[in-house]
Amino acid sequence: MSAPILVIDGLSAVSQRDGTPILRRVSLTLHRGETRGLVGESGAGKSTIGKAILHILPSAVRVTAGQILFEDRDLLTMPSAPLRRLIGERIALIPQDPMTALNPGRRIEAQLTDGLRLIRGASARTARARALSLLEEVHIREPERVLRAYPHELSGGMRQRVLIAAAFALEPALIIADEPTTALDVTVQKQILRLLRNMQNAHGTAVLFVTHDLGVVAQVCDSVTLLFGGKVIEEGPVAQVLEAPRHAYARALLDACPRSDHPELGLRPIPAELIARLRREVATP
Amino acid sequence: MAAITLTGVGVAIFVLLRVVPGDPIAMMISPGASPADIAALRAHYGLDAGIGQQFVVWARDLLRGDFGVSISLHRSVLELLAERLPATLELAGAAFVVALLLGVSVSVVAVLASDSKVAPLIDTVNGLFLAVPDFIWALLLVLTFGVFAPVLPLSGRIDPSLDTHFTTPFYLLESLLTLRVALFSDICKHMIMPTLALALPLAAVLTRVLKESLREAMVQDYVLLARLKGKSRLRLVLQEALRNAIAPALALTGVQFTFLIGGTVIVERIFSYPGIGNLAIDAVINRDLPLIQGLTLAFGALFILVNIAVDLLVVAANPRLRHG
Repeated sequence: MSAPILVIDGLSAVSQRDGTPILRRVSLTLHRGETRGLVGESGAGKSTIGKAILHILPSAVRVTAGQILFEDRDLLTMPSAPLRRLIGERIALIPQDPMTALNPGRRIEAQLTDGLRLIRGASARTARARALSLLEEVHIREPERVLRAYPHELSGGMRQRVLIAAAFALEPALIIADEPTTALDVTVQKQILRLLRNMQNAHGTAVLFVTHDLGVVAQVCDSVTLLFGGKVIEEGPVAQVLEAPRHAYARALLDACPRSDHPELGLRPIPAELIARLRREVATP
Repeated sequence: MAAITLTGVGVAIFVLLRVVPGDPIAMMISPGASPADIAALRAHYGLDAGIGQQFVVWARDLLRGDFGVSISLHRSVLELLAERLPATLELAGAAFVVALLLGVSVSVVAVLASDSKVAPLIDTVNGLFLAVPDFIWALLLVLTFGVFAPVLPLSGRIDPSLDTHFTTPFYLLESLLTLRVALFSDICKHMIMPTLALALPLAAVLTRVLKESLREAMVQDYVLLARLKGKSRLRLVLQEALRNAIAPALALTGVQFTFLIGGTVIVERIFSYPGIGNLAIDAVINRDLPLIQGLTLAFGALFILVNIAVDLLVVAANPRLRHG
């Protein structure tokens, strides 16, 4: 594999309010062009990792230890101005809800070309041409019309395509996809996942894919990191983790997924004693 | 819609004026007039007829563009309106623009400074501005800029010693468009205090609403995405948040603006500003029925126009309300 693009090392974070740990010495390495699934239930800390990378943690969360090395620079200690520029140019976010992630008062063209004009200093004409080709790349029909449209004139799936196009606009090295398909219906979900996979392959972008859905992981990820209570409890290539999970929680989580190939298995909830045991386990240092 | 509203206003004011006590004839006769003289005068103004008949005559004349003749000023009501309404329009328009500029700038500053110690200070001062009504502002302004530091003219619309040669009654606009600088600045000086008295409470209301909707907009995902692209906070507020936050604030300002129109009555009086508000007070004191009726219709029309204008502004600010 090629050189790592993102190395998170011993990242710990606590809640400012009561000092509860949110991340416990999380380490993970992401290589160029790799798609890593970041999986866990609500509160496992998967979104916190993405926010820590982008420096958009809520003020109630404080990083207490660790490093986030992106292209060999520690994002946690960089001065704010170059950090903002680095993130703007090299890291992009595909947000969860396409209905709120586009400004309802601005045309698509303005929102797609913002970064190009601000960071690259592109002319209006160059930025527009780039925006058109991006929209074509994410399979949007009538891209000319969509450029002139306001977000409310587009469907949820189309908006998410626009957001994917916007994420790739500056050819970032890393994209953080924060549950990008949760708000979409299932058929649209599939299309968006396929699109994201294709785009990511074509551009060689590394993707950190935050999700709670193991089915989505199987579809788009190369590798997966499983979190519980802010701690990494299993990690490895998707095939290995999904077919032969070593950790009891990983097995239980897989069992809890609906299987269209084995409907007779039904849904099995994760045993309560397993959760309780894990809670004790991650709490002891 | 507008026609129905105006008809309602017309009927209401006509009936009210004739039901409440107060007699225009009693105001104009000299003491010791004989009952026969009073009856003759009453017949002269058509006030001896029944209320229904009076209304029919008034409405018929109105439809022909005849607003009647003022009893106290002995001039055509329409002529008086044409003379005085533009002064009020300029004052109210200036107050609206000033309130909008003030409210937007204070809100933007408040949101930019929301993490600092300045924010609660802005909130407190704004609360104070909300609580103080326009006529108190008028008096405070008179005390400050008219008495303690007499830098502004206290009354009127223009210095009478200046060469006042206007072709339209819109003095402010006309002097600006014809580039008569000395005249324009004199009119501005006369308008500063009444404009501020009307604009300050309105600006406070606008700030109150806009600040909150800006704060709400600033935590939306689209602002976050724009922030990640490296936009400065000022750009985030102006380019991303303001456009979406201003529509509800504008709608409320439209409602508040009707209070401002009411406020012109007392503020114009305090500054002897020759608008329809000032005229309305004289008309009521003299029980000048035709003039009061005409003025009320003018206020009603103004109210409707302002609401239409605000609706158009709200639609312009919010693409979701546009068709096609």
